[in-house]
Amino acid sequence: MIIETLLALTLIGSFVVFLAPDEYAGRLAFLASLVPLAGSGWMYSQFDGTGNALLGGSLAFEEEVAWAVLEPYSIHWHVGVDGISLPLVILTTVLTTVAIVSAWTPIDERQSQFYGLVLFMETALLGVFTALDFIVWFVFWEAVLVPMYFLIGVWGGPRRKYAAIKFFVYTNVASLVMFIGFVALVFGLGDAVTSFDLPAIAQALAVQDVEPDAYAGVVGPETLKLLAFVAMFAGFAVKVPAVPVHTWLPDAHVEAPTPASVLLAGVLLKMGTYALLRFNFTMLPDVAQDLAVPIAVVAVLSVLYGAVLALAQQDLKRIVAYSSISSMGYVILGLVAFTVYGMGGATFQMVSHGLISGLMFMVVGVIYNETHTRMVGDMSGVADRMPVTAGVFVAGAFGYMGLPLMSGFAAEFFVFVGSFGAAALPASKVFTAVAMFGIVVVAGYLLFAMQRTLFGPFELETDYEIGRAPMQDVLPLFALLALIVILGVAPEAFFGMIRDSVEPLFDTTALALGGGA
Amino acid sequence: MVQLPDYAALGIPLILGATGLALLFVDMLGSRFGNRKQLLGVSGVGTLAAVAVGVWFLTSGVGDPDGKGVFRLLEDQLIVDQMSLFFGVLVASVTFLVLLASYDYLAGHNNQAEFYALVTLAATGMALMASANSLATVAVSLELASLPSYALVAFLKRNRGSVEAGLKYFLIGALSTAILIYGVSLVYAVTGSLMLSDVAAAIDGGVGDQVGLLGLGILMILGGFLYKTASVPFHFWAPEAYEGAPAPISAFISSASKAAGFALVIRVLTVAFPIETVVEPGLVDWVLAAQIVAVVTMTLGNFAAATQTKVKRMLAYSSIGHAGYVFIGIAALTAGGNNELLIGASLLHLFVYGFMNTGAFLFVSLTEYWDVGRTFEDFNGLASRAPVASVAMTVFLFSLAGLPVGGGFLTKYALFAGAVNAGFWWLAAVGAINSALSLFYYSRVVKAMWIEEAEDGFEIATQPVGIYAAIVVAAIATVALLPAFGVLSGIGFDAAAAVLP
Repeated sequence: MIIETLLALTLIGSFVVFLAPDEYAGRLAFLASLVPLAGSGWMYSQFDGTGNALLGGSLAFEEEVAWAVLEPYSIHWHVGVDGISLPLVILTTVLTTVAIVSAWTPIDERQSQFYGLVLFMETALLGVFTALDFIVWFVFWEAVLVPMYFLIGVWGGPRRKYAAIKFFVYTNVASLVMFIGFVALVFGLGDAVTSFDLPAIAQALAVQDVEPDAYAGVVGPETLKLLAFVAMFAGFAVKVPAVPVHTWLPDAHVEAPTPASVLLAGVLLKMGTYALLRFNFTMLPDVAQDLAVPIAVVAVLSVLYGAVLALAQQDLKRIVAYSSISSMGYVILGLVAFTVYGMGGATFQMVSHGLISGLMFMVVGVIYNETHTRMVGDMSGVADRMPVTAGVFVAGAFGYMGLPLMSGFAAEFFVFVGSFGAAALPASKVFTAVAMFGIVVVAGYLLFAMQRTLFGPFELETDYEIGRAPMQDVLPLFALLALIVILGVAPEAFFGMIRDSVEPLFDTTALALGGGA
Repeated sequence: MVQLPDYAALGIPLILGATGLALLFVDMLGSRFGNRKQLLGVSGVGTLAAVAVGVWFLTSGVGDPDGKGVFRLLEDQLIVDQMSLFFGVLVASVTFLVLLASYDYLAGHNNQAEFYALVTLAATGMALMASANSLATVAVSLELASLPSYALVAFLKRNRGSVEAGLKYFLIGALSTAILIYGVSLVYAVTGSLMLSDVAAAIDGGVGDQVGLLGLGILMILGGFLYKTASVPFHFWAPEAYEGAPAPISAFISSASKAAGFALVIRVLTVAFPIETVVEPGLVDWVLAAQIVAVVTMTLGNFAAATQTKVKRMLAYSSIGHAGYVFIGIAALTAGGNNELLIGASLLHLFVYGFMNTGAFLFVSLTEYWDVGRTFEDFNGLASRAPVASVAMTVFLFSLAGLPVGGGFLTKYALFAGAVNAGFWWLAAVGAINSALSLFYYSRVVKAMWIEEAEDGFEIATQPVGIYAAIVVAAIATVALLPAFGVLSGIGFDAAAAVLP
């Protein structure tokens, strides 16, 4: 019941905050967000799940109640966590809390609505990572769009209306494509499944093939699986976002207020890679291996294209936004490598990138709060006036570049170890080497941006004195930085359970291949 | 326990009809005293009683073949099964909300009693449409629902738009009724019966060389229904009528009347012209006709809605688009397919649509009451002045667009899933494209209310309690139908099973 309790309390919290007066809304939202944060911490301490949630593993905190019917399929309220979803649940609760605190300074109008929407989004995000029934999962998946639309549209920058509607329509179209692909796959299984339960569907797909006469023989089983895979991949790739369907992201990020950017980059993008792992790579591993090369090309293109675009930006926030595209490319590369380290590293990278990109957006936001500019050319020597913030900026940037003892290093190391020797991916060494080159570009633009903005003589034309950032802005930065270092020093804190949940993927692959032969 | 007589199964139309007559009686007694409260009281009690009776029947097994059984009344002319109760509850609920909102909307107008009576009598006709079991009662109940509607659309008789809308609605209505009845006569000529089940039996026995006549008859009957459901190509009265009519009447016609029209479409097509005997042997392919209607209706409705500048007209076109979605459930029917999922999804979508669309039009009545203006820009900044109503309107619009803030999310996806399941993935794809487009224009209203700043400083003077109450109830129902989908889906699929062999 812990998952339902947390979802309910977070939702109630969002309503209470929504109705609260603006003066207290921020503080109240912080208190309300401590509930799921503490709850997820408790879940971590009590976690006893083993194996993969979809492949017959033992789930932690599982609940299943019959909810509705779509003749002849039943829909169940089915939630639970395994080693893949729990780290993402913790990422969500941590980032929501720090995002709320980081909003105290910049958000100065309609606060109660803002914080209410943030908590509403947290509810939906927690639902996405814990739901194990397709329909329930899809409800939460789509519910995330609503608060994000408002967060960008109401509190965003000058072009916020355009950015909000672009985000909205783009990701909604993606969801529709994915929905049609997935239900076509489920219906193709015929009588083998009688519900939209994700574990049941995944296990049915692992042991038996799609019925040859589904869809009256017009679409053969192999074609159906291929089409479903492509439809789902396209749908999730928009969310990730992977090149070439990434164009909504820079607009959304640049216009979104900083706390929304933190959640957008930190958690919303992970919905895409999480879904890729859960759906495409867990349910249709053989198709994923057939398509390994094109997927790896998408991954490497995202890495390089995102990095090169970041190199060309002048806006600090745009730099971080494009570098997110680059980082998510590593996740896809790890997934397509189809090794324990590749997939585990990809999952670890989701968490690590969530923390690091959240930190970077917050640092940029803190600087903006004081300087009211984000343009690299407008300022220099910010470290002179804001030494602590600048220090965190440097630390976060090195985390991004993969400095050892920070989580980014561990994540990228796992991904590269996994992908370099990947048997399932032809020319894996080439793909890995090219992707690793992306790190050089990352180092390039981050160092360049830091050198120009943070260091050198102080220079910025303002009609007021630039001072240090207030404590409430800086403390959340340190909280995130601490987590990044902890995960860098002791990746086993998460990687142990991740590996445990990723390993069954390879057993069933063998099972399916053996069974099909 | 007292054994109720059989005709009590018609409780919903009987109560609604009695309420309509009682309203005229109340008017006779108290017109001198300005009896708005009595009118609302009587009609409110009547419609709520109809809802309650319908829910009671549904839960106690009336119409359930495994419970108290299906009731056939007046020599089988009327039937009470789970589907007629399902639509009866929907029509009565929408009627209640519409009348509740009309209380404030009509303040200061003449002839209020006639308004209430006409609405309840039209609702009686709609409830009977859901029970019609022969082509004769189909035509009669359709007319009983239509005639009061014409007068209601033209109710604001000093308003040019309202009168023009009424005339247009009436002329097209008269034409399409003529088409419908001519179609009925052709079917009668071929089959020698008006009873839906006898028609099916006669066709099964062979129609010889009269296939062409039968096909023409079926298509003409379908044409008459398309008018009632505001589907292409009999839709062009709808934008005018919805826009010109008093907004509560727009809500009533676009929700209850449309649902009742679909009750006829579904029952007549599946019972009188079953796929197994009509479509499968290649006599008359009305499924193909439904596919064309579905694709054209949702595409035209959504694309036209996207180009509107007035909110009410946008909702009118979106209402046409939703008729297209519902038609997906009919267009993907196949012999031996999983038709229960399709018809069930159509019914469920109509049910949720009844609340979310009524709510959206009632919000428009609220803005008309405040004289806010009709365009999207006029709605700018409404959220800061009427937050509760704006939250409700946001729920309606997002639910109409298929986002999971209300039940419309699941029912729309159930329709798409049903189409994919039947192998008509392209129908689902067309629906998906339209659904994505609809998000664009629905969110324009949301953007106006929440994101844009108000231009002038006009103040909202009064808070009309009736309209507010109706909007809030509709919003709560829309939201509640998401978690309560489990309960609703069970009823909806039972209702669908009632008309399927």
